[in-house]
Amino acid sequence: MIGASKIKQYSNVLEKPLSKGKQEVSLSAFAFLFSELVQYNQTQVDNIAELERRYGVILLLQTMFLGPWAAGSEIVHNQLCRLEDAGYAVGARCLELLCHREKGNRRETRLLGILSFVHSTVWKVLFGKVADSLEKGTEHEDEYMISEKELLVNRFISIPKDMGTFNCGAFVAGIVRGVLDSAGFPAVVTAHFVPMEGQQRPRTTILIKFAEEVLRREARLG
Amino acid sequence: MAPAGPRSGDAIFASVERVNAELFTLTYGAIVRQLLTDLEEVDEVNKQLDQMGYNIGIRLVDEFLAKSNVSRCVDFKETAEVIAKVGFKMFLGVGASVTNWDAEGTCCSIVLEDNPLVDFVELPDTCQGLYYCNVLSGVIRGALEMVSVPSCASLSLVFSSSS
Repeated sequence: MIGASKIKQYSNVLEKPLSKGKQEVSLSAFAFLFSELVQYNQTQVDNIAELERRYGVILLLQTMFLGPWAAGSEIVHNQLCRLEDAGYAVGARCLELLCHREKGNRRETRLLGILSFVHSTVWKVLFGKVADSLEKGTEHEDEYMISEKELLVNRFISIPKDMGTFNCGAFVAGIVRGVLDSAGFPAVVTAHFVPMEGQQRPRTTILIKFAEEVLRREARLG
Repeated sequence: MAPAGPRSGDAIFASVERVNAELFTLTYGAIVRQLLTDLEEVDEVNKQLDQMGYNIGIRLVDEFLAKSNVSRCVDFKETAEVIAKVGFKMFLGVGASVTNWDAEGTCCSIVLEDNPLVDFVELPDTCQGLYYCNVLSGVIRGALEMVSVPSCASLSLVFSSSS
């Protein structure tokens, strides 16, 4: 090979220059990878449930008194937790990366600021478009909702009826929680399907419920 | 009507829907981290990554054949070239090259200059021996098995990137 350029060797990954973030992979590559993540978590949770069945009385009692759906929902809950934890890790790193690259090392300190950061910047970088809508909850002061007609991660996923409330958007909810938590806005974030009239596929809403301390701080800051 | 010829990797990549590579990279990192937490043994993680790759590969090959329109490969050399030039380009958006052919033509290395899976990644000392990208070898193994290429007895990943 003539004229091959010498590739610079970096001793430390932190010394490597940060990419511009314009590189892309095909959607199907991501979809395949995500489906493996979900399937792996399903097998892991089956193992946990099996373990609980053998050694834990609690699950047995639940099943006896509340019926089999209670045990099922326990399994779904475990799966959601694991997916969310995976997303949390992604979110924490996203915050660092985007604050440095897009925001010139400035991090939002106000509630609306961080919400619009998530709704526009984070969404734009990760999913290629800003989120469909950002709304404040009407019933509670501490609730906000980010809605999306069809989450990228849910595009090729259909949930069987017996899985009930399982939503792979929990991964995205985890990402949002990771960003908010690392930015100093602890919150509980969940993903929900909202059936829409005239639409075959339901809309997905990411519900964000901020912790008390966030609202107190926000009130103090005026 | 003459059948359409095989499309180049670049052309296919330009025509498919794409996502930000960083989402892909971070998701893969989350998967590896979960596996390390659950399984703890580096060998187990390698095996699990290979298995995941295998599951992906057996389905990925359908999409590959449908989109790329490649004709049947005559020998293993051609197969390796197609994987490197078309396959990797089409899914990961990066080109690869084939080197290190052995005398019989049964063994080669596919080298990725720019691997999106390993952006931002550094392996700590506790994880030496982890084949971080083992999912890729699983994908290739699964895809080849589906098209009846007598499966490689060992597909191991050797890191040869710029990092």
